Amino acid sequence: MVENYLPILLFVIVGLGMGAVLLAAGFILGPSRPNDEKLSPYECGFEAFEDSRMKFDVRYYLVAILFIIFDLEIAFLFPWAIVLDEIGLFGFASMAVFIAILLIGFLYEWKKGALEWE
Amino acid sequence: MAVLTELIWTLTKIIAIVVPVILSVAYLTYAERRVIGAIQSRNGPNRVGPMGLLQPFADVFKLLFKEVILPANANRFLFLVAPLLSLMPALAAWAVIPFSEGLVLSDINAGLLYVLAMTSLGVYGVIIAGWAANSKYSMLGAMRSAAQIVSYEIAMGFALVGVLMAAGTLNMSGIVQAQAGGLFHWFWLPLLPLFVVYWISGVAETNRAPFDVAEGESEIVAGFHVEYSGVAFAVFFLAEYANMILISGLAVIMFLGGWYSPFHGMPLLGPLFDWVPGIVWFVLKIFLFLYLYLAFRATFPRYRYDQIMRLGWKVLIPVTVVWLVVVALLILAGLPPWFN
Repeated sequence: MVENYLPILLFVIVGLGMGAVLLAAGFILGPSRPNDEKLSPYECGFEAFEDSRMKFDVRYYLVAILFIIFDLEIAFLFPWAIVLDEIGLFGFASMAVFIAILLIGFLYEWKKGALEWE
Repeated sequence: MAVLTELIWTLTKIIAIVVPVILSVAYLTYAERRVIGAIQSRNGPNRVGPMGLLQPFADVFKLLFKEVILPANANRFLFLVAPLLSLMPALAAWAVIPFSEGLVLSDINAGLLYVLAMTSLGVYGVIIAGWAANSKYSMLGAMRSAAQIVSYEIAMGFALVGVLMAAGTLNMSGIVQAQAGGLFHWFWLPLLPLFVVYWISGVAETNRAPFDVAEGESEIVAGFHVEYSGVAFAVFFLAEYANMILISGLAVIMFLGGWYSPFHGMPLLGPLFDWVPGIVWFVLKIFLFLYLYLAFRATFPRYRYDQIMRLGWKVLIPVTVVWLVVVALLILAGLPPWFN
């Protein structure tokens, strides 16, 4: 079964190579006449005020944390979904408890307003 | 020696997948402009070559001969790696897509998991591109795109869990085979809410209209790839369109019976269409979804960012969770013809 992953590795390499070849072709075929104005960051024609690596909204951080939690939940759901036929009602009930606990967390976030973007 | 021939044979097969995908991307851009043109009662590009059919190549060559600008404050290495990182997953995910019965490069057991992993990798391209350019617009666009992609990935993941429950396997061919037997045996019917959620998330995942705030050209220039020009921009463009085709292909495999004919197993109509090769059905169904992408872009106004996040978290996720429970109960009850 593992040897089935060799074509995938090759495919990944081909994918990266493809992009690299395109970029290289662009650098070879295209002109290169840089000047200060051309290389300055785009800010609608104005000079850039400050560095762009600035503070950002905490909500992006919240979304990222929620994503990690829910992605983990999905990771737990995958094996359960595949063997659902074999584990029957007991397996279903155990997962129902797990999802219920996560849903309480989800409701808490919802009520707290972690999902609001105004 | 045997290893070498094996290697060359595999590479040939990879090329046989990549080249049609790239050509499809080229003609998808052409189709997009023609279809949207037709919807708005005007002609799309129709000057370059017969009916404008050479337009995509003209675009590619134009971009190849343009200057690639490396902004002064950019992190040069990451700036150039980002487009590769977004193109690679969009192409590599095709390794496990079955085009017809047995017509798949690598028939791995964990096919769906692999595809999910690959589509998740795409977000690195977005965020690295936005950060490396060192421009405020890039940075903001990247944050928005990444948060949006990540949010809709949850809804998409839940929808896929439903498919897994129904099919009982992660293997892509296995998922299609579980839907054998014509239009009404496909999973779109028992999993209809999940199908709708999957498709909406798919459109949002690829940053396409009506969820394209991150690159809303009339609002905030071009999002995470403002600073990209020439061929570096073309690579992002390629990745976006390859992703659209990939998402359409996955929708076909998981909900519309992959390579099966819609009349499979029906009296009269079934035998009439038996001679059509599976890959033709597969491609036709992909066309259907690609057309939907274009039609959405031509007909829907853009969502606001807070509306997008609300739809993802507060509508799609609850809908999928409820329907997962319903599907689980249907499976335990053994509802034919889908679950038995």
